[in-house]
Amino acid sequence: MEAVKQGSAAIGLRSTSHVVLATVNKTSSELSSHQKKVFKIDDHIGVAIAGLTADGRVLSRYMRNECINHSFVYENPLPVGRLVVRLADKAQVCTQRSWKRPYGVGLLVSGMDELGAHLYYNCPSGNYFEYQAFAIGSRSQAAKTYLERRFESYDKYSGEELIKDALFAIKETLQGEVLTSKVCTVAIVGVGEPFHIVDQKKIQEMIDAMEVTGEAVAEDEQGDDYSTRGATSMES
Amino acid sequence: MGSRWSPYDNNGGTCVAIAGANYCVVAADTRMSTGYSILTREYSKTCKLADKCVLASSGFQADVRALQKNLSAKHLFYQHQHNKQMSCPAMGQLLSNTLYYKRFFPYYAFNVLGGLDNEGKGCVFTYDAVGSYERVGYSTQGSGSSLIMPVLDNQLKSPSPLLLPAKDAITPLSESEAVDLVKDVFASATERDIYTGDKVEIVIINDVGIRREYIDLRKD
Repeated sequence: MEAVKQGSAAIGLRSTSHVVLATVNKTSSELSSHQKKVFKIDDHIGVAIAGLTADGRVLSRYMRNECINHSFVYENPLPVGRLVVRLADKAQVCTQRSWKRPYGVGLLVSGMDELGAHLYYNCPSGNYFEYQAFAIGSRSQAAKTYLERRFESYDKYSGEELIKDALFAIKETLQGEVLTSKVCTVAIVGVGEPFHIVDQKKIQEMIDAMEVTGEAVAEDEQGDDYSTRGATSMES
Repeated sequence: MGSRWSPYDNNGGTCVAIAGANYCVVAADTRMSTGYSILTREYSKTCKLADKCVLASSGFQADVRALQKNLSAKHLFYQHQHNKQMSCPAMGQLLSNTLYYKRFFPYYAFNVLGGLDNEGKGCVFTYDAVGSYERVGYSTQGSGSSLIMPVLDNQLKSPSPLLLPAKDAITPLSESEAVDLVKDVFASATERDIYTGDKVEIVIINDVGIRREYIDLRKD
């Protein structure tokens, strides 16, 4: 659990038609490349991780395996809810055997299935919950506070609007540092849209558009009482 | 005495593939039969395994379907590991290994794999049921193969693989000429082979992508 809190931030948001994942790319030094935190599991499922990335990689491989095996036997994509349960059971085993250690990674699992869009959070403890929006990792509380204010309107958001909100939430976790497309990774999955990582250029364009109008409005909002404003007050 | 239960059945059909300088044509008829009866006139024997790689198989279609699913799943693993699509020669080797894996209970599938190699040139691989394979300029498998192969030999004149220096197996024909040749050989095979007919599905792979054509054949 501690490992998750110390990993760099990852957030997820969901509407009825799309789910967006966004992560902050922290590099260990200026010379190194950043670690991969977003993994495509199948056309309809993707995960963002926070914590020990090696554990995340191993669990991603497990999930990919499960998806491929299910598709092979049933010729249908694996429903997200079932994948999440298997993942949780796998994590639980490591908490009850003395010779094992828990997986030190929290996973935000985003996916589409027949029942719609889903966002789950899987803990190292083996617990999992479904969320409308969530943030994990270091300084995630800032993002969570931001999301708590706005999540009620997310159901009707389009993919683009969700991405914009995700970028705002990421900005909250950065707390002062400049937001550029190099610092973050954004991925989206939705109705008719297989899971994919959004192009860096597109993200930079959205960030630039944000800077112009967003800053003024964001300052406004923080000045207000904590009443939930509808999405219409923010530029969309 | 008499007929024992067999795990295999032959659903008939013929497959052809021709490699060109920057394209590959893979074709198969769409008739599925058993014994002297027709099961369906519209069954696809081709399967797109990767962006530039198409497999056509005749024989026992249940085994063919299982083989296609197997290869597609293995391709997914490859993509996750290497972040790219499998090349046609790589898929060729994978198919050979997959077939030999079941050396002592084989897939009753006679395969022809066609696509573009890493340099964008057409490539065709031909297989037997247990995975023995070779890269060639053209090939045919299935019930009509003995009728079609001599015609392709005559028209495409592939250099012997034993020649030194090694000569390219690619045909100098243009894409449309190759497609016309495929239509002609299928029409001929349909005349005399009872298991070939109904329609021929022609898949053309080139640098732009993959496209399909369907041509009617004699239905008797």
